[in-house]
Amino acid sequence: MIELRGVHKAFGKNRVLAGVDLTVGRGQSMVIIGGSGSGKSVLLKCILGLVQPDAGTIRVDGKPATTGGAGREAFLDRFGMLFQGGALFDSLPVWHNVAFRLLRGAKKRPVAEARAVAIEKLRRVGLKPEVADLYPAELSGGMQKRVGLARAIAADPEIIFFDEPTTGLDPIMAGVINSLIREIVTEMGATAMTITHDMTSVRAIADRVGMLHGGIIRWEGPITELDATSDPYVSQFIHGRAEGPIESVR
Amino acid sequence: MSLLSPLAALGRTTQAALAAIGRLALFGAEAVSHMFRPPFYPREFLLALMQVGWFSLPVVGMTALFTGGALALQIYAGGARFSAEAVVPSITAIGMVRELGPVLGGLMVAARVASSIAAEMGTMKVTEQLDALVTLSTHPMKYLTVPRVLAATLAVPVLVATGDSIGILGGYLVGVNRLGFNPATYLTNTTQYLEVFDVISGLIKGAVFGFIIAICGCFYGMNSARGAQGVGRATKSAVVAASVLILASNYILTEVFFSA
Repeated sequence: MIELRGVHKAFGKNRVLAGVDLTVGRGQSMVIIGGSGSGKSVLLKCILGLVQPDAGTIRVDGKPATTGGAGREAFLDRFGMLFQGGALFDSLPVWHNVAFRLLRGAKKRPVAEARAVAIEKLRRVGLKPEVADLYPAELSGGMQKRVGLARAIAADPEIIFFDEPTTGLDPIMAGVINSLIREIVTEMGATAMTITHDMTSVRAIADRVGMLHGGIIRWEGPITELDATSDPYVSQFIHGRAEGPIESVR
Repeated sequence: MSLLSPLAALGRTTQAALAAIGRLALFGAEAVSHMFRPPFYPREFLLALMQVGWFSLPVVGMTALFTGGALALQIYAGGARFSAEAVVPSITAIGMVRELGPVLGGLMVAARVASSIAAEMGTMKVTEQLDALVTLSTHPMKYLTVPRVLAATLAVPVLVATGDSIGILGGYLVGVNRLGFNPATYLTNTTQYLEVFDVISGLIKGAVFGFIIAICGCFYGMNSARGAQGVGRATKSAVVAASVLILASNYILTEVFFSA
């Protein structure tokens, strides 16, 4: 379980998070929605310790999220993350990217075994074994996203973060990625946190939805209640209306 | 007010420069502290060794060859004013080994390697590859910085030694073919006044310059601002900082080694 209480973060005068309270249950798929620049990515980075919150507590399974020291590696070993742009390592072939965690550190395996796992994970996300020896620059955007997804699940993490998983993809490829995420999260029993402003993704992936606006979680509830909510912010966002409490010029 | 504003601007610039040196020093200290703590990445180290050492050989060799030749011509022309043409071989060797080999070699490697490291790491920063490394339980300082710093610290002295030899060869070729020196006499005079410490001091300078080059490349790359402009600025800053620090540390090391 991931618990955030009163998490604050500001960059200079720009207050991005202003007291975020959020609980993500074990095995749950939580999707955080919100406009561009609303602090969704910062929220994920705070949990991972990539960004230090100014105030508040973040706990994973009741223990404070480790941001340094000896427990850091063990803490991060529980996570997998799909980055918005893929963040694949250009200098390494695809299979090295996927098996990165299996080639070093606590989860190190023999090279042949790591390669076999990488090829299996690539197959799981719909890519052929021939892709394994290509370099990221040789792949299309959709393939890079799939490789990123394969890397995120390669070490069978307990918690997976998806940062804008469908941004920049055509609707068909976005649908494929959404289905893959839903299937993988269900079959692995992992806790998932996805940030997106793509409502198709929200409906495909989410068990619960939280809306981040003005630095706080304005609304949080099950996906089944999303359309029925009377919250004007959520209503404006999910229907994509220009008029409403959310300023369209930010 | 307007009289003081140039002073204020100078103060701000000085303060910013001192702050940058401080951050760079802390970054260097952190890199050194990580060198002695596992995990170690030998594959990354060997790749960096190839990048810094092997692929810099042509540029360092060419620089040394032409510099050695030009140095021999200059010493000959200057020495002729007081009938001291015979010092060409020994002064060329001492000049190359103590000063020009390490400094010019260091500056050429700074241009080639500091820029390449800063651009690579800057791109990794803006495309979130550094964040991805962290989420894959890998410390960027250990995985990226330590191998490059170690490789540069070890490779640049070897490059300097190679450059020294090629530079002396350049002087020899000009001395024998252009200035009419006897080949055997030239070689004898080259070694006669050259001391072991002359060579060692140059190699120590090379190691210090290698460390500076890699630290500057990594520091500015890892702290690159967003976008293409941010990466460009990081690359430029890395080369400028490495070059200035090489020249400044060269003076300090020369004072330490050779002041009476």
